Amino acid sequence: MKPRSKRLALIIGGLAILGIAAALVLSAFQENLVFFFSPSDIVAKKAPANRAFRVGGLVQPGSVKRDGVQVNFIVTDTVSTVPVSYAGILPDLFREGKGVVAQGALDPQGVFRATQVLAKHDENYMPPEAAHAVEQAEKARKTLRQ
Amino acid sequence: MSSATAQPGFGLFRYAAPAVFYPLAGRLVPWCAGVAIVLALWGLYLGFFVAPTDAQQGEVYRVIFIHVPAAWMAMFLYLVMAFWAGIGLVFNTRLSSMMAQAVAPTGALMAFLALWTGAFWGRPTWGAYWVWDARLTSTLLLLFLYLGFMALQAAIDDPRRADRAGAVLALVGAINVPIIYFSVKWWNTLHQGASIRPSGASMATPMLTAMLVMVFAFWAYAIAVILTRVSVRRRRERAAAALRGPSAGRKGSNP
Repeated sequence: MKPRSKRLALIIGGLAILGIAAALVLSAFQENLVFFFSPSDIVAKKAPANRAFRVGGLVQPGSVKRDGVQVNFIVTDTVSTVPVSYAGILPDLFREGKGVVAQGALDPQGVFRATQVLAKHDENYMPPEAAHAVEQAEKARKTLRQ
Repeated sequence: MSSATAQPGFGLFRYAAPAVFYPLAGRLVPWCAGVAIVLALWGLYLGFFVAPTDAQQGEVYRVIFIHVPAAWMAMFLYLVMAFWAGIGLVFNTRLSSMMAQAVAPTGALMAFLALWTGAFWGRPTWGAYWVWDARLTSTLLLLFLYLGFMALQAAIDDPRRADRAGAVLALVGAINVPIIYFSVKWWNTLHQGASIRPSGASMATPMLTAMLVMVFAFWAYAIAVILTRVSVRRRRERAAAALRGPSAGRKGSNP
């Protein structure tokens, strides 16, 4: 074997082992790499009970109730829901029906007391007219189904 | 480097010969620089004057015309750097290692740009400059890998040893690139998923056009800067060799 083929084999072998090691480590840490838990995770008691964590999902339309700086809303993943209570300034993109990530902890009543609320943006970029057209189309689809 | 004569059948090795590579690089640089300037002006015009406002984010979304090309380049250049460093390690070609070295600063700049523009987008959209989600953290690691590669190269005096040490770091760090790319898919992250996917783009066409023009501008810029850096370094090494030329020659023949 020529030295250069040997080096190439060593490097490819080394990278393959490294890749497998990385895959194993990442799958082992799967749960810890999660930035937020979904309401279903919380209902299934997968979220940590004694420490702060983040909950993410959509703001349920019609659930936002403001009282001064106090805001109450419901986070949903369309299967389960979690009520969230927060006192503070919300980001501009906080909207009903849009993504949100709240940091905080559950109180004994099962209400999520948030210390920080972040808006999660989706990957869709479109002009307002197009967004309006999509909305209209969805409305039309819903009325057709009824 | 003598591969050009040793392996006439393998055409690619022709360009590994410095005698062929440097004149070609010298001719490519002005063209790439020109293309980069023209495309950047056109892309910025499309991005800031032609592309419509976003329905959700308003004007702040326009950061994607810098942010996305920079982030893509940062990831892609790391693979290029690891590729050249690996080739240098296997075939012991100095030119490949010099290419890897020349890529690193541009890659670091791109990673920094992506993080910096992302932070200023994150404040108004998410409500935070920085969060420790998988996408952001792995991109920060990418910046540190670039800086670590440059620091390691600079810290070792013997260029051959520096190349080898750097190559190992570059190759090991390459595992981070697919992690960055797929992080938004594998884990819950605050960073949104990819808008450009094999199945199509979830982005209005004028926005996409402007972004892709900027991507090509960044490509042309990166090629121009990296080739310039390689040429400058080679001239510096030659000048240094010429300065110590006669004495070095005597030392070599009379140990």
